[in-house]
Amino acid sequence: MLTHLPILQVILPLVAAPSCMILQRSRLSWLFTVLVSLAAFVVSALLLQQVMAEGVIRYSLGGWDAPWGIEYRIDALNAWVLFIVTAVSTAVIAAARTSIEAELGASRQTVFYTLYLLCFAGLLGIVATGDVFNVFVFLEISSLSTYALIAMGRDRRALWSAFQYLVLGTIGATFILIGIGFLYMMTGTLNMLDLAERLPAVESSTAVLAAFAFILVGICLKLALFPLHLWLPNAYSNAPSIVTAFLAATATKVALYLLVRFTVTVFGIDFSLSALPLQSLFILLGLAGVFVGSAVAIYQSNIKRMLAYSSVAQIGYMIIGIGISTVVGLQATLLHLFNHALMKAALFLALAGVAYRIGGCSLEQIRGLGRSMPWTMGAIAIGGASLVGMPLTAGFISKWYLIAASIDSGFWPLALLIVAGSLLSAVYVWRLVEAGYLREPQSGQLAAEPGEAPLGLLIPTWILVLANLYFGVETSLPVSVTEMAATYLLGGAP
Amino acid sequence: MELILDIALLSLLLVTAVYIAWTRDLFAAVILAGIYGLLSASFFMSMGAVDVAFTEAAVGAGISPLLMLSTLAICGRAQRANPQRALLALLTVGVVGALLITATLEMPAFGSPDAPAHLHVAPRYIADSMREIGIPNVVTSVLASYRAFDTLGEVVVIFTAGLGVLSLLGLRGDVREEPIHSPMAEPSHLVLRVVGKVLIPPILLFALYVQFHGEYGPGGGFQAGVIFAVGFILYSLVFGLEAVEKIVNRALVQALAAVGVLIYGTVGLLGIVSGRNYLDYSGLAGDSVAGQHLGIIAIELGVGITVASVMMIVFFVFSAQLARGRAVPHAS
Repeated sequence: MLTHLPILQVILPLVAAPSCMILQRSRLSWLFTVLVSLAAFVVSALLLQQVMAEGVIRYSLGGWDAPWGIEYRIDALNAWVLFIVTAVSTAVIAAARTSIEAELGASRQTVFYTLYLLCFAGLLGIVATGDVFNVFVFLEISSLSTYALIAMGRDRRALWSAFQYLVLGTIGATFILIGIGFLYMMTGTLNMLDLAERLPAVESSTAVLAAFAFILVGICLKLALFPLHLWLPNAYSNAPSIVTAFLAATATKVALYLLVRFTVTVFGIDFSLSALPLQSLFILLGLAGVFVGSAVAIYQSNIKRMLAYSSVAQIGYMIIGIGISTVVGLQATLLHLFNHALMKAALFLALAGVAYRIGGCSLEQIRGLGRSMPWTMGAIAIGGASLVGMPLTAGFISKWYLIAASIDSGFWPLALLIVAGSLLSAVYVWRLVEAGYLREPQSGQLAAEPGEAPLGLLIPTWILVLANLYFGVETSLPVSVTEMAATYLLGGAP
Repeated sequence: MELILDIALLSLLLVTAVYIAWTRDLFAAVILAGIYGLLSASFFMSMGAVDVAFTEAAVGAGISPLLMLSTLAICGRAQRANPQRALLALLTVGVVGALLITATLEMPAFGSPDAPAHLHVAPRYIADSMREIGIPNVVTSVLASYRAFDTLGEVVVIFTAGLGVLSLLGLRGDVREEPIHSPMAEPSHLVLRVVGKVLIPPILLFALYVQFHGEYGPGGGFQAGVIFAVGFILYSLVFGLEAVEKIVNRALVQALAAVGVLIYGTVGLLGIVSGRNYLDYSGLAGDSVAGQHLGIIAIELGVGITVASVMMIVFFVFSAQLARGRAVPHAS
């Protein structure tokens, strides 16, 4: 069975989705989804262990060898991303039951969990595959289910946000498809490794350059790279709380994975850096994302929206890491991929608890929360500290590597700008802490003081919070995996 | 002759596309989109891509205008124009178009034997698929066996789309629905009723033919599913939704959409059970060619079931929404 791990990773949630649809019992479909997610997490842990011990795993679907058939190819990079996605998904979905019951009502639960499983399977499929067209197919699965999940938000604005995202996301997906079409036209293959071998012979053609441009822009739309981020704040702030937690921690990460996979593995880092001024482009756009995202976040009164803009900024950091394009830079990106998933999942889950008890999450509404919901507010405070990058939290580690990478490659001003960006994030995190601990609750709320969030929601939130602290101190797992992935990708020894 | 045909088809495509973008009348745009689908199908046909042409005819010219029309019936046919948006869109389209044209300058000539697409993986499909899989339609071999996992993904995409529609429109509580009367259900539309009745059985029969003949000729589960659903949709257009609901249970159709995906996924798992890789059908029967053939029939059946059910779900949900929209002014 161990040889089938790569395909089980994707096929478990993929087949579970229609089964969940047939179940038709809300409570049962939640439990079922949790179990499937947990199983996927176990599979990903086994895969990661296997990759770290024995190197790349290949799996030919249908028994047809690549490039004739589709192959799954798991190296340290995608094993790492699979691990992150399944871990976050398990924590988020374990917390989901009460929040989803409250926000969606009884009739839409089964459909919700089915769509969730589809989205989960789609994201895993994108990451696991070694075939570019297969990437597109699973991108469609995850995108369509994401649009539907966002549209299930309880506010009617959710519909408009989902539609906005649908239009931009479809443009992005179409660009990626056009790019893949050109690649096939010039090489006759869809397999990633095969493409990497055959592209250098035709890399001077405008068709390949156009393919690169289309794929790059398409992925950056999905990634919400500044200035293509316009869909993200609306989508995140209007989606159901659980969906926001899941998407913020996984969807953009998978898009970022795709960016690394295409620029480094398929096109090759040398081509990618020389075809377009990618290095300066990524660093500049990344910095712009950090500063614009953080600055706008400071002025938000809706906390979900504030954290959504903060995501734009955090994506900026990850892009800067790719822009530096050294082993340490890439490693910083991959570390931040993990740490950001941990902190955003913790923060948005805590907000799901706030929304559950108070019915909204604006700065006004969380006043005095430190007293009425100490555990939830504590989670927000620690998650926020990790977001800023305070020492002893996970966020510190990735910022540290990013600064080290920029100093290593002689970008001194960049290091200073990264620190300045963190200070901006400290401002909006402080606004949260101030409202929660130092402000008096609104007069109207005093009458009926909200209790603590339900335990089912609080425990997964705190597991994530503790993970933020744990990986801020004990860093051997993320550091060793990301180091292996980064050196492998940039041509060092695997 | 073929050149003239191509030029004619392509110029018609261009004119249609421009007019779709130009017109403010959404009804006209939808009808033109149907025409666009039909023209593309003909163009694919003239390029020799029979399977693609078939799909485009069934989907692009068949069911998607129908679904768009049902949307218009809910939303109205007037477009709310936004000139600023238009400018931005025009700019984007201009840049993308320029990039596309530069890229195609180095495109290998159509049908050139030296094109990379014809030199690398394709020769094996053409030369060996008959021996390895044993069915004459190479396109089906590639879709259903060599790249069967992509096709599974596509079926899941369709399933997801159906669920998305269902989650948005289909599950709004337990509102007591007004009985839905199709205007055509009135006795005065006798011609339509008779013609409809005569047409539906051949449509369903043709769908079954397309389904089970996919290994030998163009066709397969996708096209068959769409055609099969069209039979029922035609019935509901002529006789009203409640007449259809007498013969098909909505919950059953929803379950069937899931069952189709499950059939596909399970056939794949049987590959693992038989000691091979996922979606390897070789171990399903005595010898590997028979196994491949059996596997392909099974997964195509799954595809057909899911596609037909999802198309019906989407149409029924739209029509039910339409009826609810009409019911509101009655209530007030």
